[in-house]
Amino acid sequence: MASGVKPRVKVPKSAAAGESITIKTLISHKMESGQRKDADGNVIPRSIINRFTCDFNGQNVVDITLQAAISTNPYLEFDALVPEAGTFTFTWYDDDGDVYTDTKDIAIG
Amino acid sequence: MNKFTKGLSACMTAIIVASGAMAEPADDNLVINEDIEIVTRTAAPAHLSDVMDEVMSGWLFRGEETRAMERDDFDNPGMIFVEKAEETWNTADGTEGKSCADCHGASSDMSAVRPVYPKYVEAAGEVRTLEMQINDCRENRMGAEKWKYTGGDMVNMTALMASVSRGLPVNVAIDGPAQSTWEQGKEIYYTRFGQLELSCANCHEDNYGNMIRADHLSQGQINGFPAYRLKNSKLNAVQDRFKGCVRDTRAETFAPGSPEFVALELYVGSRGNGLSVEGPSVRN
Repeated sequence: MASGVKPRVKVPKSAAAGESITIKTLISHKMESGQRKDADGNVIPRSIINRFTCDFNGQNVVDITLQAAISTNPYLEFDALVPEAGTFTFTWYDDDGDVYTDTKDIAIG
Repeated sequence: MNKFTKGLSACMTAIIVASGAMAEPADDNLVINEDIEIVTRTAAPAHLSDVMDEVMSGWLFRGEETRAMERDDFDNPGMIFVEKAEETWNTADGTEGKSCADCHGASSDMSAVRPVYPKYVEAAGEVRTLEMQINDCRENRMGAEKWKYTGGDMVNMTALMASVSRGLPVNVAIDGPAQSTWEQGKEIYYTRFGQLELSCANCHEDNYGNMIRADHLSQGQINGFPAYRLKNSKLNAVQDRFKGCVRDTRAETFAPGSPEFVALELYVGSRGNGLSVEGPSVRN
């Protein structure tokens, strides 16, 4: 597992039914591009978050492919419609096979 | 003059006019997390009354998007490093097996610290910066290795100390035993350095608000340090910024942690007395 990886998500605690809310996510990750060399001239292998998804009650909201040029600690912000109370599930996929998840509940009211 | 150069000079005029219009500091208020009110503009401290009426945080000199990032901890990338320092705060280190928290309690209880540093420390008989005190703790109380003065661990820890003091006014003492160091810092501030023969005052006192090429000159206040800079995506220690400034005058710089920079930090800190502690701030 890449070191120092920590997902963070900010979702409002509640929303009106059918309201569009803004979701902010950030994962601390070094996003090593695979283009750099270490002091001895060896290429530092690529190690990035390559995919991010957000689901709401099992239905996909966004599915994003991330590329090597994306900078450290990728921050993603997007809007989502909330038709009913439920749970957002956030998933980050690491190059090394690790998967990081976080969930947030949202109420109607 | 042919058509091309005419067009070019028209463009140049437009650019100059545009930059002139941009150059005023923003008329804006900073409230972090819809909770912490930050004083970004206030009456200048008494010792500055001859040279300026109002002191302003560097936040007012940055663009709208950059300013917005500081309004919410989630949007402020500097807070990632504060979280890291919070872990360090609670982790034992060194031969004594003590963490910062073992002596000092919760980091949130440390809000009285950042606003008054650098200050004269009686026990040490010298003016000390927060970094020097942290290393003193590490060496003498924890039996741990000293951190590099502007290294990652150190700047993260100073960011944690600043973050718990946000909203409190900077209140650096300039009289009593600190006065001689303060005078030394003041002299450095007004001394021209380097091939370009620039003093701190030439840019940050005489020309704040003006553009220096593409950059908007601020008053050089340090209430927002350590600062997360978008250009290098990490926290930057104040004395690293001093070093960068002196380097830009094409001078041999003082080293971070040197007596000269400690004196300068005391003096520049005192120029911001009354502004809120704002670190970790977001700058370009």
